[in-house]
Amino acid sequence: MTSLIAVDAASDAVVRLDKVGVRYRMVIDKGLSLKELIVRRHRRRIAEYEALCGVDLEIRRGETIGIIGSNGAGKTTLLRLIARVLYPTSGRIRVRGTVAPLIDLFGVLHHELTGRENAYLTGAVLGLRRHEMRKRIESIADFAGIGDFFDAPLRTYSAGMMVRLAFATATSVDADILLIDEALAVGDAAFQRKSGARIDGFRRSGVTCVVVSHDVHRLAGMCDRVVWLDRGRVVDVGESGRIVQHYLATSAG
Amino acid sequence: MLTAQEYDSAARPGRAIEELLDVASNGQLLLALVARNVKVRYKRSVFGVAWTMVQPATMLVVLTVIFSHAFAPRASTYALYLAPGLILWHFFAQTTSIIIGEVAAGVELWRRMRMPKTALAIATTCSGLLNLGLATLPLLIVLALAHVRLGVALLTIPVTAIITAMFALGLALAIAAVAIYFPDAADLYQMLLIPWMFITPVIYPRAILPLRVQRLVTFNPMALFVDAFRRPMVDNTVASPASFGIMIAIAAATLLIGWLVFTRCADDIPYRG
Repeated sequence: MTSLIAVDAASDAVVRLDKVGVRYRMVIDKGLSLKELIVRRHRRRIAEYEALCGVDLEIRRGETIGIIGSNGAGKTTLLRLIARVLYPTSGRIRVRGTVAPLIDLFGVLHHELTGRENAYLTGAVLGLRRHEMRKRIESIADFAGIGDFFDAPLRTYSAGMMVRLAFATATSVDADILLIDEALAVGDAAFQRKSGARIDGFRRSGVTCVVVSHDVHRLAGMCDRVVWLDRGRVVDVGESGRIVQHYLATSAG
Repeated sequence: MLTAQEYDSAARPGRAIEELLDVASNGQLLLALVARNVKVRYKRSVFGVAWTMVQPATMLVVLTVIFSHAFAPRASTYALYLAPGLILWHFFAQTTSIIIGEVAAGVELWRRMRMPKTALAIATTCSGLLNLGLATLPLLIVLALAHVRLGVALLTIPVTAIITAMFALGLALAIAAVAIYFPDAADLYQMLLIPWMFITPVIYPRAILPLRVQRLVTFNPMALFVDAFRRPMVDNTVASPASFGIMIAIAAATLLIGWLVFTRCADDIPYRG
């Protein structure tokens, strides 16, 4: 069923990157301040770091695509580009459809507010109206499975509860493209199964998923295709089993 | 942002316009953020929203005790003169400080989700206005009880408040933009706030200044705002139309510059830190 949709819509790109580069500007000197700038007329040393360089990529409607690579390869940067949190410093990116990002502890907005209030606020950030959120709030509480903590301030939460709340909220919206960063690997075993099942449900219903994880075996199992990034460049893109094998062989040797 | 159906990085409008459209199409987010600000304030203390009034009220009492003999024949007269200016100054100082802090703290937030970056600042300005209203109402009651003559001049109070809010938002955005690159700009601003308050006729009547200095004070926009805000409550008069014209021009220009500077720098925020 999944593959049918994927093949059917193979020509239909929902995300398209043309020669995309992202250059971070980092300030090297410590204690940089306006005062110093004025008093010492001192020039800042700025290092440029290319997080992504000349990336060409097409993500098709309904496919699940994994991103692998060592730390600093640009995986998260790629997700942030699609989420429009970052903008490319060169090249062009086009995204068609609504995007729900599940990057770190997405959905944690204020530690004094309760889980319920945070969920409403996250919904507002995602563009949902209050009545739309009201319809979903019970299922969010239900899925998060944190019981009475749902109505307690976030500062009382454990890390696991935060993740549960964040996941439940972010996945409650109907998006065309779901971005997932490492979120699979958090929470206890039961919640991992539950969240995995929900993501499977999205994939079956035709939502495009972009998944970043260090658990390459898991990616190989769930993804149609995998992108292998290394120091900001695409090493290879293709059928997940082949890429993962190649990646593992290379990083082992 | 979920609502963005088509996004093409090559077809972005100018940053300032893009941000404006973004904010305009996200009314529900602004409302939610204002509600958040009010709720958080309410939760932080048993006093609830009344907390807003504690700081200006304390200042009011202390300043009245200390300065009433210097500036006015009677303590009550001085307190009634002092209160409106103090409330407006408090609103201005609080709003700008909070916005600058929020933009600095927003780095983490904006790395993981897309939202119009001015939304927090606008929401803070709106909740600040709400607090200002909540502080002004009891003051009006006190003024009425003290038999101060009040009239239609009071209708200009919200106008002055909104003009001051525009100025505060513009200034805060501009400083927050500088603070993206130079974090100590925020501290510097905090330092400047205190002398700024003293060159604004808040705790003393403008008339006690020598004429030359009085003319200089005219270049301080806050002096104009405070004066316009206080007049209806102190002597039932309003600032001149010309004065309102100047105030609106200053506030609009500040907001425009702040907006342009901030939106120009805002793309850099997720790269910092």
